[in-house]
Amino acid sequence: MIPISRNNKNSGHLFPLIQRQILSPPLIIIIPSSKMIHFVLLISRQGKVRLTKWYSPYSQKERSKVIRELSSLILTRAPRLCNFVEWRGFKVVYKRYASLYFCMCINQDDNELEVLEIIHHYVEILDRYFGSVCELDLIFNFHKAYFILDEILIAGELQESSKKTVARLVAAQDSLVEAAKEQANSVSFIISQATK
Amino acid sequence: MNPFSSETRLRDMIRAIRACKTAAEERAVVRKECATIRASVSDNDNDYKHRNLAKLMFIHMLGYPTHFGQMECLKLIAAPGFPDKRIGYLGLMLLLDERQEVLMLVTNSLKQDLNHTNQYIVGLALCALGNISSAEMARDLAPEVERLLLFRDPNIRKKAALCSIRIIKKVPDLAENFVNSAAALLKEKHHGVLLTGVQLCTDLCKVSPDALEYIRKRCTEGLVKLLKDVVNSPYVPEYDVSGIADPFLHIRLLRLLRVLGHGDADASDCMNDILAQVASKTESNKNAGNAILYECVETIMSIEDNSGLRVLAINILGRFLSNRDNNIRYVALNMLMRAITVDSQAVQRHRATILECVKDSDASIRKRALELVYLLVNENNVKLLTKDLIDYLEISDQEFKGDLTAKICSIVEKFSPEKIWYIDQMLQVLSEAGNYVKDEVWHALIVVISNASNLHGYTVRLLYRAVQKSVDQEVLVRVAVWCIGEYGDMLVNSVGTLGIEEPITVTESDTVDVLETAIKHHTSDLTTRAMCLIALLKLSCRFPSCSERIQDIIVQNKGSLVLELQQRSIEFNSIIQKHQNIRSALCERMPVLDESSYSIRRAGSLPAVASSLQGSAVTLPNGVAKPSAAPLVDLLDLSSDDAPVPAPSQGNDFLHDLLGVDLSSGLSQAGTNQTQKSGTDALLDLLSIGTAPASSSFSALDGLSLGQGTDTSISALSGLASTSTAMPATQPSSLVGNSPMVDLLNGFGPSEQIQAEENNAAYPSIVAFESNNLKMTCNFSKQPGNLQSTLIEANFINKSSNVYTEFIFQAAVPKFLQLHLDPASSNTLPASGDGSITQKLRVTNSQHGKKSLVMRIRIAYKLNNKDVLEQGQISNFPHGL
Repeated sequence: MIPISRNNKNSGHLFPLIQRQILSPPLIIIIPSSKMIHFVLLISRQGKVRLTKWYSPYSQKERSKVIRELSSLILTRAPRLCNFVEWRGFKVVYKRYASLYFCMCINQDDNELEVLEIIHHYVEILDRYFGSVCELDLIFNFHKAYFILDEILIAGELQESSKKTVARLVAAQDSLVEAAKEQANSVSFIISQATK
Repeated sequence: MNPFSSETRLRDMIRAIRACKTAAEERAVVRKECATIRASVSDNDNDYKHRNLAKLMFIHMLGYPTHFGQMECLKLIAAPGFPDKRIGYLGLMLLLDERQEVLMLVTNSLKQDLNHTNQYIVGLALCALGNISSAEMARDLAPEVERLLLFRDPNIRKKAALCSIRIIKKVPDLAENFVNSAAALLKEKHHGVLLTGVQLCTDLCKVSPDALEYIRKRCTEGLVKLLKDVVNSPYVPEYDVSGIADPFLHIRLLRLLRVLGHGDADASDCMNDILAQVASKTESNKNAGNAILYECVETIMSIEDNSGLRVLAINILGRFLSNRDNNIRYVALNMLMRAITVDSQAVQRHRATILECVKDSDASIRKRALELVYLLVNENNVKLLTKDLIDYLEISDQEFKGDLTAKICSIVEKFSPEKIWYIDQMLQVLSEAGNYVKDEVWHALIVVISNASNLHGYTVRLLYRAVQKSVDQEVLVRVAVWCIGEYGDMLVNSVGTLGIEEPITVTESDTVDVLETAIKHHTSDLTTRAMCLIALLKLSCRFPSCSERIQDIIVQNKGSLVLELQQRSIEFNSIIQKHQNIRSALCERMPVLDESSYSIRRAGSLPAVASSLQGSAVTLPNGVAKPSAAPLVDLLDLSSDDAPVPAPSQGNDFLHDLLGVDLSSGLSQAGTNQTQKSGTDALLDLLSIGTAPASSSFSALDGLSLGQGTDTSISALSGLASTSTAMPATQPSSLVGNSPMVDLLNGFGPSEQIQAEENNAAYPSIVAFESNNLKMTCNFSKQPGNLQSTLIEANFINKSSNVYTEFIFQAAVPKFLQLHLDPASSNTLPASGDGSITQKLRVTNSQHGKKSLVMRIRIAYKLNNKDVLEQGQISNFPHGL
């Protein structure tokens, strides 16, 4: 396993840095039944939800219940134990990166070790995208974290194993948005000029 | 204001929310934001749509309702620009799920976007479709997705492939449309497309046997070659994960090969070499490598038999098991559990290591390991494994003890080679973790002990020693108390000593000490204390020298606040004092409990309410013939919840308790047999004879006991108490006499003669109670529309020639009834039927239609200034009240 660096406490609520090849473990991804990953959860050490992605149908009520149950299950586990907890007949693979737990829910007979790699894959891509990602990045740019996740997983299955490709695709879409923004800016500028 | 500068305002909101110190503050901020967003939505304010939706998503994540934003998503998706669509689709996936009808409205937009010229927009649509499509949408949009599998850009092809997985899972009959294009994806070079293509093929094979056949025939060789290429590929930085090129692709290829090789020898043959190569060459010092090995082992285990490969696989698991990484050990345990069906011998070799894992500090690992050990136990290793587990029980965590105890007990019961071993192990478990042992388990233990007649002495001595050390283990104390009650004399006389025992000298008073400690110990609950009382009663007979001391202990409980104990101690005390002649018979040792019927019962029925009369009753530890399906549970008749509300403890109660009969069962039978029954004779109920002759119930009672007394060597009461067959209802006709039973009843006289009087009213009046001096009749009426409640008018008539003064009538009913007594018409009852007292009662039956009324009564009055007390039970109420 890649050694994990934990940032010291003075970094506040910041998500600790993920250095090249060094990931601290706080993202949570969980996925339910017929698919590989049923859902992905990102929970902070304090139990705040930072990201949720549901690939199996859960009603709003069930979702909050799942989050509550898992937070209490996972946040209370001592360090150095294995990264798997059994829950309602599923397995939740979790890994802590600094102040965040990344959790993914899979079926009993799925490959837990691979899911750990997927979590790590996602964290590395986030790290590259934000440049030493921290929890605050994921709070204020939560939609970006979702966009990136959508380039990695669809329907609970992995879609891309190349970090470079994911980064390229996200960047391309970001620049499309930027371009549209500029265009709009200029248009609104023109309009505001015209209406003066 | 430009629509894309929303970012600042979103940031402001997040900051404001984060600055909140309390939940109430946060709610206030969110409420305000939501109000603004709603206003903006109803103004149809295009400039802020984008920003509003982003805010809503954040609010949604915090767990607040955001349904009013759903339509906004749809509007944004329908907008022309990429930025709007991007956030719109994100909102769609976040705020909605496939079960919401709103989703149908988006199908059209999706269809347009799937055909869009901008590939990123196509990508967005595919992603949304893949994540939340319902079966209807899947059906509608399948042709588009199918077409996109051939799209020029690989990034669209891979998304289309995953989308197809969702579609075929939602609508399996569409599978055949995708087979050709899916197989074509396997020839791609782009890893993303390969990855998703392989996954799509795997899922196709799972939903459609035709697809499986097709892919197996056409693609197996290609896949094997592909895996070879990937395994041997040089370093590619883009896909490298800790020295392995694209482990994700490895894993998916191995998984597809597993599906193809399963049940097909040719395909399995084809992949042997590459599997051997993966299994032996993959680096196992990093997680990625282990993930591949995991998948490889799984594949080897499920394809057609190749013993060489299997050895390789089991060895890998052995290495995993001794790995220091907890994750690896966890998966090893998991996989060994599956491997056990394939090759249990090989798994047995790792027994020692697995046993170590049971003692791990990680709860997930412990749990897995315990499950696995359980599967590994067989006749040969049971002694070894049990010893180890029991040793560990001593030091294990509290929260793990429950699981561990249950498993050990189950192993011991299932595999015990001999009784003495079984008893030894169970006693050890009880000493270590008695409080975690389930009731069925110690009940079964008692049955076994009772059957092992040559071990009675040994067991009781062992228990005597154990209970000195572990006073806090309630269940241990119970078993010890039971055994001491039954076999206490063997303890003192060292009867039946086995060679392995250390000699021990126990005096009679030592034995009583144990019981006294147990009954007084603060942790002892009602069951334990009640068992102690019975044991004391039995000992009082066996140890005449201690009789007085025992009586003292019993008398101490006379003041107990728990009715059950109070009652028992009063009753037992009276047996010791007044009924020497029957005491020894009463305190006979229990007849041997029937193992087979007990185990059948255990397997076949939940301990619940007694039901069948016909089934042969089981002999219970305290000697009661009982038709109940709850053999030992009710042994002490502690189900007082169901039993009628405690009336002052005399008379009927006495016998009930002595016989330990669950009164409620008797009563429910009484209910069903009401018409044939003579009524209030509790004893018949007790004996579960529902079909007693309707006439003289009391002579039947005598007959029963006497009949038993003469038929068997044991005397009347214990005959009643311990017969293991239901009492034949015909017997009573033969004998009439004055049995000890009557004594026992302490003159609680012939109060229960009943004649069922037929009245023509809706409910016939009954004579509810009659004694030499008193007669009580009841009339019933119901208020229309309220079936549950019944008005009862009770009339009391004095049959004697003396006036009764201070006449008080009291009644008690079981919990399912509610009773309300109105004041009586008078408290003086004139002599010789020269007037009567009328008492109105209102009874509400919460189980109307299921259970019949039943009532216990007590009548107190003064006759020539002397207190007289009469009591009885009314169970001959008409049906349907």
